[in-house]
Amino acid sequence: MSNKMKMATKNMTFHYGAFKALDDITLEFRENQVTALIGPSGCGKSTFLRSLNRMNDIIPAARVEGQVLLDGEDVYGPNVDVVEIRKRVGMVFQKPNPFPKTIFNDVAYGLRIKGIKNRGELQARVEASLKAAAIWDEVKDRLNESALSLSGGQQQRLCIARALAIEPEVVLMDEPASALDPIATQKIEELIRELKKSYTIIIVTHNMQQAARISNITAFFYMGRLIEVDKTETIFTKPSLKQTEDYITGRFG
Amino acid sequence: MNRAQKRRIGEYLIEKWFLFLATISIIVLALIVAFLFKEGIPIFKSVSVGDFLFGQLWYPTDEPADFGILPLIVGSLIVTAVSSMIAVPLGVLSAIYISEIARPSVKEILKPVVELLAALPSVVIGFFGMVVMAPFLQKVFDIPTGLNIVNASIMLAMMAVPTISSLTEDALHAVRRELREASLALGATQWETISRVVVPASLSGACTAVILGMSRAIGETMVVLMVAGGAAAIPESIFDSVRPMPASIAAEMGEAPFRSDHYYALFATGIVLFFMTLGFNLIADYISHKYKQVGTATL
Ligand SMILES: Nc1ncnc2c1ncn2[C@@H]1O[C@H](COP(=O)(O)OP(=O)(O)OP(=O)(O)O)[C@@H](O)[C@H]1O
Ligand SMILES: [Mg+2]
Repeated sequence: MSNKMKMATKNMTFHYGAFKALDDITLEFRENQVTALIGPSGCGKSTFLRSLNRMNDIIPAARVEGQVLLDGEDVYGPNVDVVEIRKRVGMVFQKPNPFPKTIFNDVAYGLRIKGIKNRGELQARVEASLKAAAIWDEVKDRLNESALSLSGGQQQRLCIARALAIEPEVVLMDEPASALDPIATQKIEELIRELKKSYTIIIVTHNMQQAARISNITAFFYMGRLIEVDKTETIFTKPSLKQTEDYITGRFG
Repeated sequence: MNRAQKRRIGEYLIEKWFLFLATISIIVLALIVAFLFKEGIPIFKSVSVGDFLFGQLWYPTDEPADFGILPLIVGSLIVTAVSSMIAVPLGVLSAIYISEIARPSVKEILKPVVELLAALPSVVIGFFGMVVMAPFLQKVFDIPTGLNIVNASIMLAMMAVPTISSLTEDALHAVRRELREASLALGATQWETISRVVVPASLSGACTAVILGMSRAIGETMVVLMVAGGAAAIPESIFDSVRPMPASIAAEMGEAPFRSDHYYALFATGIVLFFMTLGFNLIADYISHKYKQVGTATL
C-alpha cells in the first residue's frame, strides 16, 4: 500500500441517541484505490459512510466520537465548514435521487452552488461529467428533458455525474448498483474502475462478486464493529477470521 | 351461496352505495347553481350584461335604480389583492419556517397556533377589526374612518394565512428526504437547499395553497361586511371604504323585496362571485397539474 492516505477514521464511535451503531472503527483509505465495505444488513455500513461526509449531521440525535480525518485534518474539528467537506467528499446514494429538474440543470446544480455562472463553463463541465459517468451518449440530445424521464440505471449514472461535476476528492457510494439490472450494473462497475484513476472511492455493496471485481481493499463490518480489513484478494481467498469466511461464502447473512 | 359469491355481492353493494352518495352531492350542487341562475338571470331583462358588469353606479333602491356592480367587483378584487400581498408572504414564509427551520419544540407550538387562527370564527375577526384595528388605523393615519380597504385586507389576510401556511407546509413536507440529502451532499447549505430544491419541488402545492387561500378571501362575507366600510364607489386610495360583493349581498338581501329587480341583481352578483371563485379553483387545479412532478425513480 504505497498510495498516499486520503481519509481515515480513528477510534470512531457513532450513536443514534442511546443506540451505538458503530463501535471504535479505525480504518484508512488510500488515494486512487477502491475500498469496499461489506457486511450484513444493519451492521452500520451506511452509517459509517455517511459519517465520512457528515451527512449524519442532519439526524438530530446522532453523535460521533473519535476522529474522521481528511488529508490529516479532522472533519469534525471546530473550525471546519461542513459545506466545504461535502464538496470535497462527494456521495452517491443507494436509490437514484435526481432533482426534478432538467438533466442539464441537475448536473449543473452543484456547479452553480459553487458559484459558477458562466454558461460556457457550465456546459463544458456538465458534458465532461456526463462523459465521465458514461451516460453522455444516451442523454446528449435530451439535456433539456426532465431527469425523471430517465430509466433507473440512467438516473443513477446521472447522480454519479452530478457528484463528479463538482470535482470531489473522495467519492462515497452506498450500494450504487443495488437496484439496477446486470447491464447497468456492469456499466457502473466499469465506471468505478475508470474513476479510481482520479478519485479515492469508498463503496458499500451487498454483492460479494462485485466487491471482488472492483475493489482493492475490502472491509468487513459486523454489528457495528470492523471485523477484518485487508487486500480484497486476501479477504476473498484466505481471510484470517472464520467469521469473515462464513460471511463471504454465504454461510450467514 | 358460497363465500366468494357473498363477497362479490357485498362489494357490489358498497360500490353502488358510494356512487349513490357521490351522485347526491353532485345533484345538490347542481340544484344550487341552477337556483342561482334562475333567480339571477331575470335582472338582464332590465339591465344589459355590459351595463350590469361595468356600470359604475350601484343605487339599487333609487327611482330609477342603478344596477352597476363595477364598484362591488373592484371592491372585492382590491381587498383580495391587498390581502394576498399580506397573506402570501406571511403564509409561505411561516410554512417554510415551520417545516424547514424551526426546532421540533418550536414547531410543536407554532403549528397548532397557526391552525388555531383558522378556527377563529370570522365574526370574531371582524369584531377585532371593528373595535381594535379601525380606531388604530384612524388615529395613526389620521383618516375619517378606519373601516376601509386596509383594515379589511389585514383581517382577510389573518383568515387566509392559516390556509396558505398549512397547505404550503404539507407541500414542503411532501418533498422527499432523498432530494434534500442529494442537495446537501453536493455542498449546498440548508438555505440553498430550501430555496433551490425544496421550494421549487413543492411549487405546485404552494401555488394551489395560495390560490385556495385567496379564493377563501374573495368569498368571505362577514369580515368585509363588518370592516370594509360599505361604500359602493370605486376607491381612489387604499384608505377608502369599499363594498365587496359578498358584503353587498348579505347586507341588502334582507331588505330587497322578493323577486324585485334589486333581488334579481343580488343573485346576479352571486353568479359573478361564483364564476370568480370557480375561476380561482380552476387555476389552482391547472397549476397543480402543470407543475406536478411525475414519479420518483423508476427502476
Ligand atoms: N436515523 C437512524 N436513527 C436510529 N437508528 C438508525 C438510524 N439509521 C440507522 N439506524 C440503525 O443503525 C444501524 C445501522 O444502520 P445502517 O443503515 O448503517 O446499516 P447498513 O449496514 O447500511 O444496512 P443495509 O445493508 O441494510 O443498508 C441499524 O441497526 C439501524 O437500525
Ligand atoms: Mg445501508
